[in-house]
Amino acid sequence: MSYAPSAATLKKIEGMIAPYPEKSAALLPVLRAIQEESGCVLPEAEAWVAAKLGIRPIRVREVLSFYTMFRRKPAGKTTIQVCRNLSCTLAGAEDIIGFLREKLHIGPDGTTPDGRITLETVECLGNCDHAPCLQIDGVDHGPVTRDGAAALLEELRAHE
Amino acid sequence: MSEDDVRLIPADDSSWRFEAYLRRGGYEAARKAVTSMAPQDVIAEVRRAGLRGRGGAGFPAGLKWSFVPQCGTAPKYLCVNADEGEPGTFKDRAILVRNPHQLLEGMIIAAFGVGIRKAFIYVRGEYARIARRLEEALAEARERGFLGRGIFGSDFDLEVIVHVGAGAYICGEETALLESVEGRRGQPRFKPPFPAVVGLFRSPTVINNVETLANIPSIIGCGADWFTARGLPKDGGTRLFGVSGAVRRPGLYELPMGTPLRTIVETHAGGPPEGVAIKAVVPGGLSAPVLRPDELDVPMDFDSLAKAGSMLGTAGIVVIGDRTPIIEVLKVTARFYAHESCGQCTPCRIGTSWIHKTVTRIGEGQGRLSDLDLILRLAEGMKGRTLCPMGDAAALPIHALVSKFRDELEQAVSR
Repeated sequence: MSYAPSAATLKKIEGMIAPYPEKSAALLPVLRAIQEESGCVLPEAEAWVAAKLGIRPIRVREVLSFYTMFRRKPAGKTTIQVCRNLSCTLAGAEDIIGFLREKLHIGPDGTTPDGRITLETVECLGNCDHAPCLQIDGVDHGPVTRDGAAALLEELRAHE
Repeated sequence: MSEDDVRLIPADDSSWRFEAYLRRGGYEAARKAVTSMAPQDVIAEVRRAGLRGRGGAGFPAGLKWSFVPQCGTAPKYLCVNADEGEPGTFKDRAILVRNPHQLLEGMIIAAFGVGIRKAFIYVRGEYARIARRLEEALAEARERGFLGRGIFGSDFDLEVIVHVGAGAYICGEETALLESVEGRRGQPRFKPPFPAVVGLFRSPTVINNVETLANIPSIIGCGADWFTARGLPKDGGTRLFGVSGAVRRPGLYELPMGTPLRTIVETHAGGPPEGVAIKAVVPGGLSAPVLRPDELDVPMDFDSLAKAGSMLGTAGIVVIGDRTPIIEVLKVTARFYAHESCGQCTPCRIGTSWIHKTVTRIGEGQGRLSDLDLILRLAEGMKGRTLCPMGDAAALPIHALVSKFRDELEQAVSR
């Protein structure tokens, strides 16, 4: 299978490459753009990126596997990322993580069987004065209580 | 000019807007520098202000700028470090959200002083939404001719590019950040050569933290003497102290450099909640060795914290209450560094994961008394033996937790 981004994403990618003195420097933003559209970066997309930026495919794989926010496999439609670093742990993050796992019936870093929600634990989100905190598809929430977490899940359900 | 006009985080909610920034006298310092000062005088004024880098290491900013060679025709770059990943730190986030134009103005002045025409702002991936506001601010500044070609009608140009990361603590290390901007894994480079000479795209590069640059406009606008008066002679200005953990009022407090830690924790953040006593305080982000309750009178400046055996770091203060077992703190700390080691240097790669395994074993009640010495020995083995400061950043806080709370940990092991 071959990969091709949508016309809109292609345009965005080309705009991203232009300001860099070396094309290959745009690798991170380009991978971000592809992931934003496709949910992950599959091997065929890796090959496309390598050709587009004039680099060897291994360089794309190296970068893709180094940064934790890149995905090489699809995740759920929505991603909930719960911080479990020090400030959040002190404020009860583990309880919130346990609560969400129970509510969603999934294990550590899992996706619900219907593919709706992926739950992940992450390190510091830089929102420590709102501990315990989490992000839903990149949007910050905190401080989160059990009730608050239940309400956030309700809201996700309502938006479908 | 009112006090709110010079604060890094203004009280007003709409402070991030372009018009609001102009009302506080925004971009006047950049105009002054670009239209009426010689570049070397800009650097001299920042050096005189005693502004030390707010990213963690505390290196004098003006001195860093002066290392960039002014001969040669190679392009020079400015990289703004907005990869705020140090646990317990949320100050750069606040500047990006509440005062993005002050960062941009600081960048214009820095670039003018060093002779830079292209700048990158490296924003951590987790702040991607915040980066959108930054893009908006950039567009506003470009539209007014404060960025781009012929700034303020002079022949000085500056182009700014926002580069969003993808989740890697190590990219906060300056040479790993450069690798990441170049589209590679964030693995630190060997130094020397230092980035001021060979940096981004093999060219001279200045790397400054967001808070460092946001302090520049008031140094140029109000003068170095005014700036040092707000802090200490060799460590000028205010600092954004972030307080989280077991306190009544977690948040950011902008206070003079040298404010005692106890004052920040007890007066400003309200101290621990009812019925909780302080067991320990992390003074400058997770990498800063922990302090005991009897060590809290230390003034919060770079030199005083170093003398106290810790570091000011990012000034992210985490207060640990007496109900929290130290093993829990140790578990989080050990897991974090094992997760974030880039894997390039053996002492850090093996050391962090070995410590993590050992701490996990203790946490699960399978620990041995010799484990505590093992952890100390592994931490010793990492110190000073890695390319970048991450080896020390992992070893020092772990060493401090084990040596300062040895009795409690021994009880945890023998239980």
